[in-house]
Amino acid sequence: MEKYITTPLTKEKTKDLKSGDYVYITGTIYTARDAAHKKMDESLQKNENLPIEIEGNIIYYMGPSPAREGRAIGSAGPTTASRMDKYAPKLLDLGLMGMIGKGKRTEEVREAIIRNQAVYFAAVGGAGALLSKCIKKSEVVAYDELGTEAIRRLEVENFPVIVVIDKDGNNLYETSILKYCK
Amino acid sequence: MIGERVEKGRIVMRVINCSEIIKNIKEMCIEANHFLSEDMKKAFELAVKEEESPLGKQILNQLEENLAIAGEEMIPICQDTGMAVIFVKIGQEVYIEGGNLTDSINEGVRQGYTEGFLRKSVVGDPILRENTKDNTPAVIHYEIVSGDSIEITVAPKGFGSENMSRVFMLKPADGIEGVKNAVLTAVKDAGPNACPPMVVGVGIGGTFEKCALLAKKALTREVGSHSNIAYVKELECELLEKINNLGIGPGGLGGRKTAFAVNVETYPTHIAGLPVAVNICCHVNRHITRVL
Ligand code: SF4
Repeated sequence: MEKYITTPLTKEKTKDLKSGDYVYITGTIYTARDAAHKKMDESLQKNENLPIEIEGNIIYYMGPSPAREGRAIGSAGPTTASRMDKYAPKLLDLGLMGMIGKGKRTEEVREAIIRNQAVYFAAVGGAGALLSKCIKKSEVVAYDELGTEAIRRLEVENFPVIVVIDKDGNNLYETSILKYCK
Repeated sequence: MIGERVEKGRIVMRVINCSEIIKNIKEMCIEANHFLSEDMKKAFELAVKEEESPLGKQILNQLEENLAIAGEEMIPICQDTGMAVIFVKIGQEVYIEGGNLTDSINEGVRQGYTEGFLRKSVVGDPILRENTKDNTPAVIHYEIVSGDSIEITVAPKGFGSENMSRVFMLKPADGIEGVKNAVLTAVKDAGPNACPPMVVGVGIGGTFEKCALLAKKALTREVGSHSNIAYVKELECELLEKINNLGIGPGGLGGRKTAFAVNVETYPTHIAGLPVAVNICCHVNRHITRVL
């Protein structure tokens, strides 16, 4: 089913998102990948504040290519989510409601998704030029020194994603393959 | 200067200046990250027609649209513009003047990635992990061949798929069935992480490092072409069919088009071994070749 949602996410909103739904997201989302997750984790271990508001937000696992003049961002497709699996459950328990990436997640992440009624979306990997068109604004908000791995606040409009793991833990990567394997 | 020949006693050499190398590498890095080769475009067209899954078809259409936008607006096809893998075949009658060849190749990469708005994805040390900020160094493979030209292939390699690549040191008794199992295991494990539809490069034989290099080289072979060794061609066709029956599909979200091609390269090996490498590439299978 096609659905349109706005950020921030709430349990009310994730209730309606089912594994396999094609969803267009509008609003603010944040980027973070390996190095930013490591830094956030170090902050949490030291009991320091995180540089972004986690509650109700969506993190997009993405490190863009540089923007040409006059553009909000360069190529901007998802990176492999499993590299963030080590950190994701902790962030979900802190109120993170959505993640956008590509590829498989661990059982720990799936359980944390269910526990927090959150959702894991996939964006189409390798469609960075197309996806960049839905990003209207991009601003580095933390860890500037990490370059492409800095945390960015993005304003997105009808950003296309697919629900892979829904709040009940249904996993599209597992169910869809069964339909087409011979 | 290209084309100039210098007489040094009886030896005739063709002179190629480093500035030519820098310029060409720079252009190739930019081109490879914005335009795919014709064989890849054809593979996409065919896949859209043949895909049975509606979502799979939709994803393939998006990927074709993505390619069009990349070329028209000069936005890299994928934000992971890769680590620059460069194959250089140097004719033994070539004399390189004006600098060091490896430095020149890296300078070309530096200029291409900086001026071409490409992502800098290289860290200077695998453990300390500080970004080099210009995507150097490249991974360069040299080969000395006969002749008086230099053939350069630039193949930027993304790591979503690179991370899912494998080397298997099989036993001779494992035979061709062992090879098939190895390839299918790697592809199954890769699944959605490698941004399918994939191109699968397979190296069989040689030594530990040789089979990996063969697999990488296999990725630069035209999609749709086949080995001219009869059993290898059969193996390529059979593996492609088996991979496409796994059901992984475009984006790993189910479907028939899990791979565009399986390219297999072989090399003689030791009586005691059967090394097999599987280098997985995503649908953004980038490679450009020029001859200087
Ligand atoms: S695996 Fe390929 S298509 Fe996917 S993100 Fe990496 S470079 Fe891009």
